[in-house]
Amino acid sequence: MQEILKETSNPQLSLKLLEQVKLLAADYIKKYGRRPAFMEVCGSHTMALARTGIKKALLEHVRLISGPGCPVCVTDQKSIDAMIQLSEGDNQIICTFGDMIRVPGSKHSLMKVKTEGKDVRVVYSPLDAVEIAKKYPDKEVIFLGIGFETTIPVLVVALKMAEELGIRNFSMWFSTKLVEPILRSLLESGEVELDGFLLPGHVSVVIGKDSYQYLVNEYKMPGVIAGFESVEILSSIYKLIKLQLDNDINIINDYRSMVTDQGNPVALALMDKYLEPVDEAWREIGVIKNSGLDLKKEYDYLNAKVRFPVEVREPRKTKCRCGEIIRGLISPEECSLFAKACTPLHPVGPCMVSGEGTCAAHYQYMRED
Amino acid sequence: MCVGVPAKVLERDEYTAVVDVLGSKVTVGVIMVSDVKVNDYVLVHAGQALAIVDEEFALVSMEEWRKLADARDS
Repeated sequence: MQEILKETSNPQLSLKLLEQVKLLAADYIKKYGRRPAFMEVCGSHTMALARTGIKKALLEHVRLISGPGCPVCVTDQKSIDAMIQLSEGDNQIICTFGDMIRVPGSKHSLMKVKTEGKDVRVVYSPLDAVEIAKKYPDKEVIFLGIGFETTIPVLVVALKMAEELGIRNFSMWFSTKLVEPILRSLLESGEVELDGFLLPGHVSVVIGKDSYQYLVNEYKMPGVIAGFESVEILSSIYKLIKLQLDNDINIINDYRSMVTDQGNPVALALMDKYLEPVDEAWREIGVIKNSGLDLKKEYDYLNAKVRFPVEVREPRKTKCRCGEIIRGLISPEECSLFAKACTPLHPVGPCMVSGEGTCAAHYQYMRED
Repeated sequence: MCVGVPAKVLERDEYTAVVDVLGSKVTVGVIMVSDVKVNDYVLVHAGQALAIVDEEFALVSMEEWRKLADARDS
């Protein structure tokens, strides 16, 4: 198994596959007079495409567009502001994933709140937050639960544990997002011309290959479920081009070692037990019906939004163009703030903060100067 | 956020397992992969195993990549 895992990032194999992708892309360009355009909708793909150099190496051959795949980036400003305001309360411990801590709110960030003396902690797993709640029974421990379908079942496991252990000082603030509604929204807007999706490997572990059939049936859009190492990604890009060249509009599971047709039934059942669909607001896209999940009414005692409601004003507008970036309308270099007023040290928007943001990926790996 | 890492299962309990992630021993939850056995590889995300790596398919993929790499000369 170790040998196979190593092979996924083998440089010689990657270079050979890169050449094969270029050759096939040349066939496509000859046939259609333009580069094939594919969108990745997973922040880990965005970062992997930049880090491995694939995006840069294929610039003239394949148009790779980053879509709404970074959970922090797609969370609308008002939700971010609400989570930051929540963290300013007393007698509580706020726990969150690392990506959230530096995201700029309209006033300040969680990091600023922490440096001003509030108890804000970065944890690796939501279960760590349950352990903290056990250790500090006189404090309210609130986990800021953001993420797509990969993360949502992990959030639910923490809720289940808190419930089973009878821990009453633990709650979660849900701001989760689902892949299907945003893909539908993108396709229905018609704003970006696409020839296929590089589908998110780890989200697919949970939801399964069959869940993407609507792309084929309703939008005539092919997709390939991809892994995250260079060889895996190149293989999937190759297959996307091939599908279009053969006019074979289909979904391919190119991550079969991890992803099944039906997804993970335990994860799906856990989500179904605790959560229900809710309308969620996406950064500069607006509210999309049933595009997120939140706790069912019977679990109000675990719901931080019910237990600690906050009111926030409409956020102020900035020149940040994250909203256009996550929709694939512009690349980071087209934003006047990129690498000038907005850098990883002084980020203006979440796309520059998150380890999976498109701006952070371009800043770190794709700048010319 | 959706980062997942493959890890080898060294020991398992009812709800947790000790796994080897790139040489480090870590305890992860296995509630979502209840069939997992010692020596299996699992995909770990935020402290929970989400899938058991199917070695047969992994091998098929590897053979496919090698074949694809020599599909045609540039």
